Amino acid sequence: MSNQASTLFDKVWDAHVVRKIADGPDVFFIDRHFIHEVTSPVAFLGLESRNIGVMYPERTFATADHNTPTINQHLPVQDALSANQLKALETNSAKYGISHWGLGHARNGIVHVVGPENGITLPGMTIVCGDSHTSTHGAFGAIAFGIGTSEVEMVLSSQCIMQPKPKKMRVNVNGTLGKGVTPKDVTLYIISKLTTAGATGYFVEYAGDVFRNMSMEGRMTVCNMSIEMGARGGMIAPDETTFAYINGRDQAPKGEKWDEALAYWKTLKTDEGATFDKEYTFDAADIEPMITYGTNPGMGQGISRNIPTSEQVEGGKSTYDKSLAYMGFHENESMLGKKIDYVFIGSCTNGRIEDFRAFASIVKGRKKADNVTAWVVPGSHIVEAQIKEEGILDILTEAGFELRQPGCSACLAMNDDKIPAGKYAVSTSNRNFEGRQGPGARTLLASPLVAAAAAVTGVVTDPRDLL
Amino acid sequence: MAYDKFTLLRSTAVPLPIENVDTDQIIPARFLKATKREGFGDNLFRDWRYNGDDTPKADFVLNNPIYKGKILVGGHNFGSGSSREHAAWAIYDYGFRCVVSSFFADIFKGNSLNIGILPVQVSAEFLDKIFLAIEADPNAEFEVNLEEQTITIVSSGESESFDINGYKKHNMINGFDDIDYLQAMKGEIKEFEAERIY
Repeated sequence: MSNQASTLFDKVWDAHVVRKIADGPDVFFIDRHFIHEVTSPVAFLGLESRNIGVMYPERTFATADHNTPTINQHLPVQDALSANQLKALETNSAKYGISHWGLGHARNGIVHVVGPENGITLPGMTIVCGDSHTSTHGAFGAIAFGIGTSEVEMVLSSQCIMQPKPKKMRVNVNGTLGKGVTPKDVTLYIISKLTTAGATGYFVEYAGDVFRNMSMEGRMTVCNMSIEMGARGGMIAPDETTFAYINGRDQAPKGEKWDEALAYWKTLKTDEGATFDKEYTFDAADIEPMITYGTNPGMGQGISRNIPTSEQVEGGKSTYDKSLAYMGFHENESMLGKKIDYVFIGSCTNGRIEDFRAFASIVKGRKKADNVTAWVVPGSHIVEAQIKEEGILDILTEAGFELRQPGCSACLAMNDDKIPAGKYAVSTSNRNFEGRQGPGARTLLASPLVAAAAAVTGVVTDPRDLL
Repeated sequence: MAYDKFTLLRSTAVPLPIENVDTDQIIPARFLKATKREGFGDNLFRDWRYNGDDTPKADFVLNNPIYKGKILVGGHNFGSGSSREHAAWAIYDYGFRCVVSSFFADIFKGNSLNIGILPVQVSAEFLDKIFLAIEADPNAEFEVNLEEQTITIVSSGESESFDINGYKKHNMINGFDDIDYLQAMKGEIKEFEAERIY
């Protein structure tokens, strides 16, 4: 094996196979397991009904995020069902000795923001969570992906899941990104080219100088969205940017352990000559600020383009017509100038400090449009503190925006942050499915810059005109 | 959680010829607040099935009494999006035991197999034939034979084979699950864990 060129993905995967089953999945060891209130309760019930325990509680981390309110977090949670789920997470964590960062905890926040910012997510790890956006952690050169509740129960009880090894895909983006083009635009562009199912069955490695030159926050945005083209996950080889981000974080290795870890992390890259089952290469110069016009994340395009006709898109006409009818859009219309009602900046996709810096760069010196309701939701308390320390809160307040408290919020609208039926929301989150942000809500996925441009003009606006 | 053994299923089918049916449509997030696995079938396809005032939408297939059965037939890329196993639970709880499509999203497929729903992936051509057979006769029956790995349109006898790995097939036929398997190899896992650098 050692003489054979192998990929980053192979190196990390193969190091975690406990047993190979002939004509079956691999028994796959999990280094880090994140849990939250929505997809874990039934797994704990399963443990009880089988009368088995948690094998390695120190490898699981709990945070409350999906179902939490984003205002008045110091008060009891009003929704009885939500409160019950939050309580279950707390009780189950305490019972089995799992570290729990519940509502109000200083390190609480969205699971995929919290893991990296506290140094829990490290290169070369395997990381799972009952949440498809677990792919986010791949930004560190980890194999990270979402699992179902049955698998949550498997990880709790045996620290392993049964996984067939996916095929390998590499997506290269080379060149220099233009003005106003962000990591979110890069990922929406890739997904628009591959379609919403184009990477199903694959694990993706992102390569090329666009990713090499990208911050960790940006890489997390890109890896986060991997699932939106069907990939189980995406990863980027760790480099100096990665090491600098991790160094000194709360749970990151220190001293000798750091040196040891670093030596290992430097081996985590795809060897020259290693092969992939599929490979795509794109030119950064072709990417402009993106926006979606339909009801899956693959239905996106450059913001200056007109909505395609059904002949121009893959898939059946009836599905396409249904999608445009839901959105209230028509073929060939311009996206620019469309009136919007809501703006949501936040989520595990774009809820990190860099995203709020970008948002503030456009909002600064301008005012929120009167027709827009804006929800500005940090990904964690640590991000919230950074927003305040860096003076971003002052810029937001001056422009008429209010900062809410951390959580998944309007990304999936489990709490009260629901976009009303028929209303248009420019959202920095990850999914524009029907009803995703509330029954009947119409979502336009975009970057923090596009969201900011819409928030201050009240219509879909090219952010390059405001930079 | 144990589930019914799956060997041979002969049933009519419910057609849903829409592509990219995502798990937010199968069960919207606001119905994920339970702490027990009960009653999710009531909210299966909630927003396609019911109006805002909870009255049924007459044009949705689950509200049309001529369509029934234990097989759900969906368009290409069924089950994309969120990892919520609740989507599979809702389909199971409603009474389906098999979902047929020309393509499945990964996590949904895995979740289905883990709870005893058989995902049957057929060619686009065969999927069209299934939809046409149901259109011609809503009482058309289909036979899913897991042992043989075939799905047959009973009226015409047309058949296609489908893939499933031997391990999962064995599990479904016997009603076993992965947790039983993993519990039996904890010694091996312990040895592995002791060598981990993290």
